[in-house]
Amino acid sequence: MRGREDEWTGLMRSAMTGDDAAYHRLLKAVTPVLRAAARRGLARAGQPPDQAEDIVQEILLAVHLKRHTWDSEAPFAPWLFAIARNKLIDALRRRGRRVFVNIDDFAETLPGEAPQETASAGEVSAQLGTLPQRQRDVLQSIAVEAASIKDTAAKFSMSEGAVRVALHRGLAALTAKLRDQ
Amino acid sequence: MDTDQLIRTLAADNAHRAPRVGAVLTMALLVAAPFSILIFATFLGVRPDVMTAMHNPFFDTKFAVTLSLAIPAIIVSLHLSRPEALLRGWGWLLLLPVGLLAVAIGSEAMMAPAMPMTMRLMGKNSRSCLMAIPAMSLPLLAGALFGLRHGAPSRPALAGALAGLVAAGLAATLYASHCTDDSPLFVATWYTIATAAVTAIGAAVGSRVLRY
Repeated sequence: MRGREDEWTGLMRSAMTGDDAAYHRLLKAVTPVLRAAARRGLARAGQPPDQAEDIVQEILLAVHLKRHTWDSEAPFAPWLFAIARNKLIDALRRRGRRVFVNIDDFAETLPGEAPQETASAGEVSAQLGTLPQRQRDVLQSIAVEAASIKDTAAKFSMSEGAVRVALHRGLAALTAKLRDQ
Repeated sequence: MDTDQLIRTLAADNAHRAPRVGAVLTMALLVAAPFSILIFATFLGVRPDVMTAMHNPFFDTKFAVTLSLAIPAIIVSLHLSRPEALLRGWGWLLLLPVGLLAVAIGSEAMMAPAMPMTMRLMGKNSRSCLMAIPAMSLPLLAGALFGLRHGAPSRPALAGALAGLVAAGLAATLYASHCTDDSPLFVATWYTIATAAVTAIGAAVGSRVLRY
């Protein structure tokens, strides 16, 4: 457990200094843990587990947009679990339940306990459709078509800087829409 | 969009670097301050006898009290803008102005009073105090909330209340230079009521706007 969390902290430190591959690996590594905890939270609230993926995606977006609040001298896991817990509580509350989420739900998750599958979620996809054209195009190109920023820029005759701006704004807008829905 | 696709998209945005919450909060307060100062300059202004007042330790104490509210409130609000942060271990910082006021009230009580206690407590400016501090707080409160929105507080209402304390502490610092009531009893009564009102507004607004 400690080893896993130390590895996360190391990956996040690399990510913050510009290592995109480390960031990608970190997000992949934490997702099964988040998924298992989301399922457990839903089960405890008497909700169907099929909404877990929506919650996982919301947590990932929040982690991404708030990662500047992580202190790189501090371990990563407590920060991650605090964000995950807040998002899970929000999501369950929105579904009409007031529940208590135990932080140990996250910490106790054993590696490999959760299936490694990737699942589609409805909410992000639905909100994607409400974004401005340019942001939607850029997000779709990078997410669905797996295009690089450079290729996306060429495809839409945009500068790479403009693609980056549209990408970031799109993610921020998506998060705001999910929060306020 | 499946989760792997989302992760790929987030990784593509890794180059985006957001400023620290402290930097955004500082900028937001600096933008808001001129509006509060404008209210101060238009309706209040520095008291005319400020040069003599400065020799009165109780005049100076007012600034010590208001700044010992504003500065720790800024520090604690920045601490709480991290999701895993707890108030525990930090909350005592917010008691500094209370302790300072208690000492000041005690010192005043030991001196030969120039005025009876009730007159010192009621003062001449209680109504102006109750209006001016909240009015000058509002731009600063908006700035503080804007700055803290950049953070990720786990308790948005608490973070909003701290934004209220920041705003009220700074506004009260301005007001202290206008008000001719220097008795710590006056400060402990009226400044506290005004601060509580601003804090309540901050908590109410914060619980909505500081969710992330």
